[in-house]
Amino acid sequence: MSEPVVRKPRFPMGLLRRRRRIRDRDAVIYGVLLILALAFPATVLYATGSTALIAQAGHAGTYVLLAIGLNVVVGFAGLLDLGYAAFFAIGAYTYALFASAQLGSSPLHQSFHLPFWLMIFVGMVVAAAAGAILGFPTLRLRGDYLAIVTLGFGEIVPQLSYNLPQWTGGINAVGGVDRPSLPAWITGPWAGANNISIIQPDTCRVLGNSTKFAPCFSFGYDPIAFYVLIVITIIVAVILVGNLQRSRLGRAWMAIREDEVAAAAMGINTVTTKLLAFAIGASFSGFAGAYYGASFGLVSPDDFLFIVSITVLVMVVLGGMGNITGAIVGALVIYFVLYSFLPALPPAVESFANSVGLGSLNAQNGDWPGLAQETQRLTILIYGLILVLMMLLRPQGIFPSRIREQELKHAAVQEEEAAVEAGHAG
Amino acid sequence: MSLPDVGFFVICALAIIGLAYEALQQPTAFVQVSIFGLADGAMYALVALGYTMVYGIIELINFAHGDVFTMGAYIGTAILGLFAVNENSFTTLNLVALLLVFPAVMLVMGAINIGIERVAYRPLRNAPRLAPLITAIGMSFVLEGVMFLWHGPATIHVPDLLPHGPGFQTTIDGVFIGFKDVFVVVTAVILATLLAIFINRTRLGKAMRATAQDRDAAQLMGIDINRTIAATFFIGALLAGAGGMIWGLYYNNIFYNLGFRTGLVAFTAAVFGGIGNIPGAAIGGVLIGLIAAYSDSYIGSKWTEVVIFGILIGVLVFRPTGLLGMRVPEK
Repeated sequence: MSEPVVRKPRFPMGLLRRRRRIRDRDAVIYGVLLILALAFPATVLYATGSTALIAQAGHAGTYVLLAIGLNVVVGFAGLLDLGYAAFFAIGAYTYALFASAQLGSSPLHQSFHLPFWLMIFVGMVVAAAAGAILGFPTLRLRGDYLAIVTLGFGEIVPQLSYNLPQWTGGINAVGGVDRPSLPAWITGPWAGANNISIIQPDTCRVLGNSTKFAPCFSFGYDPIAFYVLIVITIIVAVILVGNLQRSRLGRAWMAIREDEVAAAAMGINTVTTKLLAFAIGASFSGFAGAYYGASFGLVSPDDFLFIVSITVLVMVVLGGMGNITGAIVGALVIYFVLYSFLPALPPAVESFANSVGLGSLNAQNGDWPGLAQETQRLTILIYGLILVLMMLLRPQGIFPSRIREQELKHAAVQEEEAAVEAGHAG
Repeated sequence: MSLPDVGFFVICALAIIGLAYEALQQPTAFVQVSIFGLADGAMYALVALGYTMVYGIIELINFAHGDVFTMGAYIGTAILGLFAVNENSFTTLNLVALLLVFPAVMLVMGAINIGIERVAYRPLRNAPRLAPLITAIGMSFVLEGVMFLWHGPATIHVPDLLPHGPGFQTTIDGVFIGFKDVFVVVTAVILATLLAIFINRTRLGKAMRATAQDRDAAQLMGIDINRTIAATFFIGALLAGAGGMIWGLYYNNIFYNLGFRTGLVAFTAAVFGGIGNIPGAAIGGVLIGLIAAYSDSYIGSKWTEVVIFGILIGVLVFRPTGLLGMRVPEK
């Protein structure tokens, strides 16, 4: 006779497997990204022989860091922040003002040259404090108000920097920001070999006595050093945020995102939890700001306008809210579209026109500004269309949070089962 | 009265005392500034009405609305270009052009906004809440891109059609009042009154109020939700288009991203009056216009944006429902 059929405990096993699949997908993305990040500088140097693309990748890394931070606020806790660039500005100015000659010409008449490795954390703390101060009175209100308050804050911060030129240099920006440096002993066989030294020998200010100089290894204008720094920072940020997401706090954020009233009923202090999300998100922005100031050596209010906040928000939403890999991929995709694809379009169209025999279109003629100019005028329109189309095709983002999806599905299945049971009972 | 309310009234009282001091120092200048502020405020109010209606009905901060406003001015200028208008004296042709351009601009903008709603917002009605916000930003770029493509980055000139110069202005006790200022305020008041009548007296207006209160219940009562929301966008664009045209005729200069700042200020006005509240948006617009004018002349124009957004934050901290109270139910 046939053996008795053993019914496997289907549901828990399925759940486990699903969890494993979720981890697998993220692991694959992380792996690919890590390999790309490691292979990128060597490949670029070998293929192009210049470090221009590596400098651009370092800039893209700033946006990745911003997207990871905003993902904590928007993706995890479900708070809409439309003024994220303000915290970016606060971090950048905190570093730039205390690591350049700027304050020497201010009413303070005393310039500071504090070390980068200290100020990057100070920038983080100042930005987090600004986030907490801004969030404290407003986080008790309903969600959209926070969006509006942050929007106002995001408009005020660059305006202040424009309007107080005696402190911030105004439109002329803070220039000559100190480059990060490391102690002289951090050198090795890689330094100076084949002109691709990671860290170049240099002299730097001695801490505590800004007129005295000592040998050190300054980052200088070497994009590779900044690239290494931002990659390490992003890896640390991903680990930190990943742990936060799986912590008690992370679960509280998600509970608030799904249903604030229910979360409060479960004993979560919603105000403190939201405030933490807001401040932690802001701290990433402050950190990225200090890095940005150091890597460009120039901090101008033009870099922190509303458009920056919107760009980072687009990165997070497009990547898939609440998912770290989504935020990273979204940031890279949007950065590529904005800073590589769209600027490359006009010359590409021009040379295409030449090659197919329509070169006459390239010349300016009356109202026609020339094909390249016309294409450049098209870029705003194209960016807008890309945003609309991407959202229409994938409203949940490129890589939506799988865990969240599964949880919602799980809830739906349970509801169905409960309904069936209720039907049997009735 | 709760503590935030007290804070709100203290701030208001301080502002009023400061203004009263200025008014007593130089009454003529004060009245003059108020008149300019009133004209600006009337235009902000027209834009703010669209923001508040859309937010009230689908809880979307419609970032493209400011660009609908600018687009109105651009299309109006193009239509005026078809007439051989005379900028130096007021001719019958000018009057005909003016009478034609307003309905034309309003209808075109209404149609465009219905199209935008259809393409960019309706498919996302049940998507995550941030998705329509991103498409709104995208549509804002699309509209700006179209205007940029059309005329480039330069400021474009709008014919100075409204009667001006000697004979169309008066000076009362040293206060200059031009026909333009009166025209702007009167047009805005007429449009806002028509809107109020429409919302309160017609079937479609009632459907809008019902949909804003509870979309599902409204649907169960047989209201066509899609049609009602499309109508909201249509009316919002009518007002924004008219506002853009008035702005163009008043200042005679427009540029492709004018709507960005105007839109943010008008949105502040809508929040100030209590978002979702239609009379609130009108009053908020006028107040923001006045505050901007006072700030321009008493604090310095470079601080005006800081003042306006400071007010925005202050209102939300101390009185989140706005001056007249919010009409958007908690969902």
